[in-house]
Amino acid sequence: MRNICFYFQVHQPFRLKTYRFFDIGANHYYYDDYQNNYIMNRVANKCYLPTNQILLDLIKEYGTRFKVAFSISGCALDQFEMYAPDVLKSFQQLADTGCVEFIGETYAHSLSALKNKDEFEYQVKKHSEKIQALFGQQPKTFRNTELIYSDQIGAMVANLGFNTMLTEGAKHILGWKSPNFLYYNPINPTLKLLLKNFQLSDDIAFRFSQQTWGEWPLTTEKFVDWLNNVDQKEEIINLFMDYETFGEHQWPETGIFEFLKALPGKVFANSNYSFVTPSEATKKLQPVAPIHVPYPISWADEERDLTAWIGNELQDQAFDTLYALRDKVIQCDSFDILKDWKYLQTSDHFYYMCTKWFSDGDVHKYFNPYNSPYEAFINYMNIIADFTIRVEEKYNNTTMSNQDVQKNIEQIEIKQTRKQITSNTQTEDNRFYKIDQIIGFSDIKTKKVIKDCKPEVLAYAFMDMDEKIKEKFMKNITVRDLKVVKTIMENITKVNSSDITESRRTIENIMAKY
Amino acid sequence: MKVLMFGWEFPPHITGGLGTACYGLTRGLLKSGVEILFVVPKAYGDEDSRYVKMVSASDVEINIKEKLFQEYWKQITYLEVYSNIVPYLSPEEYDRIINKEEFAGSDSQESIFSKKYSFSGKYGSSLMSEVARYALTASKLATENEFDIIHAHDWLTYPAGIAAKSASGKPLIIHVHATEFDRSGENINQNVYEIEKKGMDAADKIITVSNYTRDIVIERYHINPDKVVTVHNAVDQIANIERLEYKRHLQEKIVTFLGRVTFQKGPDYFVEAANKIIQKDKNVRFVMAGSGDMLYRMIKRVAQLKIATHFHFTGFLQGDDVLKMYSLSDVYVMPSVSEPFGISPLEALMSNVPVIISKQSGVSEVLRHAIKVDFWDIDAMADAIYGILHYKALSDVFIKYGKIEVDNLKWEHVGFKVKGLYEEMLY
Repeated sequence: MRNICFYFQVHQPFRLKTYRFFDIGANHYYYDDYQNNYIMNRVANKCYLPTNQILLDLIKEYGTRFKVAFSISGCALDQFEMYAPDVLKSFQQLADTGCVEFIGETYAHSLSALKNKDEFEYQVKKHSEKIQALFGQQPKTFRNTELIYSDQIGAMVANLGFNTMLTEGAKHILGWKSPNFLYYNPINPTLKLLLKNFQLSDDIAFRFSQQTWGEWPLTTEKFVDWLNNVDQKEEIINLFMDYETFGEHQWPETGIFEFLKALPGKVFANSNYSFVTPSEATKKLQPVAPIHVPYPISWADEERDLTAWIGNELQDQAFDTLYALRDKVIQCDSFDILKDWKYLQTSDHFYYMCTKWFSDGDVHKYFNPYNSPYEAFINYMNIIADFTIRVEEKYNNTTMSNQDVQKNIEQIEIKQTRKQITSNTQTEDNRFYKIDQIIGFSDIKTKKVIKDCKPEVLAYAFMDMDEKIKEKFMKNITVRDLKVVKTIMENITKVNSSDITESRRTIENIMAKY
Repeated sequence: MKVLMFGWEFPPHITGGLGTACYGLTRGLLKSGVEILFVVPKAYGDEDSRYVKMVSASDVEINIKEKLFQEYWKQITYLEVYSNIVPYLSPEEYDRIINKEEFAGSDSQESIFSKKYSFSGKYGSSLMSEVARYALTASKLATENEFDIIHAHDWLTYPAGIAAKSASGKPLIIHVHATEFDRSGENINQNVYEIEKKGMDAADKIITVSNYTRDIVIERYHINPDKVVTVHNAVDQIANIERLEYKRHLQEKIVTFLGRVTFQKGPDYFVEAANKIIQKDKNVRFVMAGSGDMLYRMIKRVAQLKIATHFHFTGFLQGDDVLKMYSLSDVYVMPSVSEPFGISPLEALMSNVPVIISKQSGVSEVLRHAIKVDFWDIDAMADAIYGILHYKALSDVFIKYGKIEVDNLKWEHVGFKVKGLYEEMLY
């Protein structure tokens, strides 16, 4: 029995909005929500949902004989949660069948493996946690961003507890060898390597709808013939591709869905192949040899190297500037900074800055929201400039002017009050009132409640408050208190909904006293 | 006294220094009581249009209630001639854009780096043929209208001026805002040079916007010095009232370059000087505002020097964004390789920004309170920037006295002077 290993990459970056020089220091939100939402929903409807359904049907039909593997980046998972929860649900259904393996990668689909070992490990850990939480699997197989791999990266991955890794079957590392065997890492032989058969993979991923291609149209019969033509001694065909191949890169009209639906049946009927997941392949097969990869390879472009992401002046400066921030970022105790730090690392941002437009220009253009790599660079660097300011501010309090120190102290005070609020709510959780019931309170009672509230609490509670309720408060608050509350409100730059809820609870507790 | 003027651009659609200067000059002339027949090339996008269109105040989308504009319109007759010629483009660039439009239709992508020129209509296979066609229209206009004197601005309209002169026999003044040597350095376009030379030879009087340009006209075009007169530009005082204050969000000092990113403006020297300063002082940000054929090279250079964390690009700025940029700036640098005049430093001064200007600029003749450096001397430029940023007394002095100088540069003075020239020629 020979083996087919299907693996699909699912990734969507957080695309950045047009961020101008004038925004630096003034505006700390970097993402193009509309684009991200729109693209996520478009791809969900064209690819993720219909293809997941097809896979689910195939698994229903063939049981455990049909298997696939997915690697879903943390950015994509976050966007599923934000914009397309039904997609997440359908992946969870696939996970429940037991025929689908979820593969580990870096959370942000980042290039951290090339730059910073600690960051790489941190992101892999975060991603594994997320996969565990969503799909109930602890990833044992790893695939780095864009299949980027070298001996060193392999060794790092092995140390993180993975026993299988996927990468490209690049001609220049294989030489006369075939990608259709199991190999291993020369530094740490416990890490087994599965290499992409780029010929057969790209026949589906890139050439499927190309009418100028001599083999067009590609039918399942033809494809299975090719599989049978592979030397009988060769053990595994690794078909690795973007999941978006189905329905998004290759439109439904090309027949790609029918191809996918019919392929397993044809394989079972006309060949001696069976489907395996990457970790099953590792268990089942004997590794034949080590593969030496001293310099990193990837699955991109003709060169199978890193030049799509790093190497030109623009990319290098952006990349170096970003990672120079790491030491300070990790000391920042801020959810927002850490979130932006992750999303800014996504490899796509560097891909947009690629200047080698000619040989692989079409693929690059298709994914690129910018008119030129220069615009991509400027936009990214403007955002990095703002991000740097935020990180420095958070990290470095020593260079602050008097005024800033004052402001900072105020902020810390607000924080402390918030802490007290939290402790209050923990002890008195039996609430009798809801905040909207203040309308039913007499003015005298309301005044008493307000008097007992700290202005900070009121300030947070007033955020996004229903106009009617707010009016009731406004009617009863003293001018002096109102002034204080307003200043605090103006100084609040970021509000978490938890702060608002906490503050409102405190008021509710005070209401209970009267 | 009535002037047939071949000018450029009209408010509110002014995109560059030439349009600004034409507008200012006509206002100044009107104040001196000169009547003007103002002719402007314009692509209508409507193929059946008459060859020339009289435009009345009601057709123009500006705030007519403003007293200034009302007076302006009373005295001016404004004619639009159907033509695809546009200022600020070399023949090569023109070809490129026209060809692109032909291949891509009118659906060329909007980018923050490209100023969009609208071309439409059936003419315009090359800039040279457009210029010739414009001249034909001009000679027709000259026979149909009454006037005493002809005044043509910059090379694209010189043939029109010559044609009008031979049709009417009236004296011709050409106004040199820039020469081919400013635009292209030593690698001049010979056709453009010849048109300029012909215009200068045919002119009865030549006005140059600075002595710097006057020297070029005399030396490079071999014109009799007696024929060439310098009249410096002024600056629009309206901007002063409209000036807005913007909140600063950055703590670092900001050094600004604002202009077309082309050879003539010397953006590369600005980048090199910025690099020198950033190596010493990280508390500065440099901004290059504008677009042009050297922009991508500049971005690459900035990345190469690894200073992109402190060097920003805004793309082409317009309207309020320009004022915003000035008001955010601590120093304005104009490192032009060859600048016949250069109004932008004056605008910067009106926004209370001290300026550093290259010695190879006309504006350096009228500004005493500014630091002047050779465009190629990046050490001196870096020195000057550093000095203004760190020694408050210096920048205070420049702002205070520079502003007084600017306030004295009024278009009415320019108008008065030019009227004097007209009179000299007529009587």
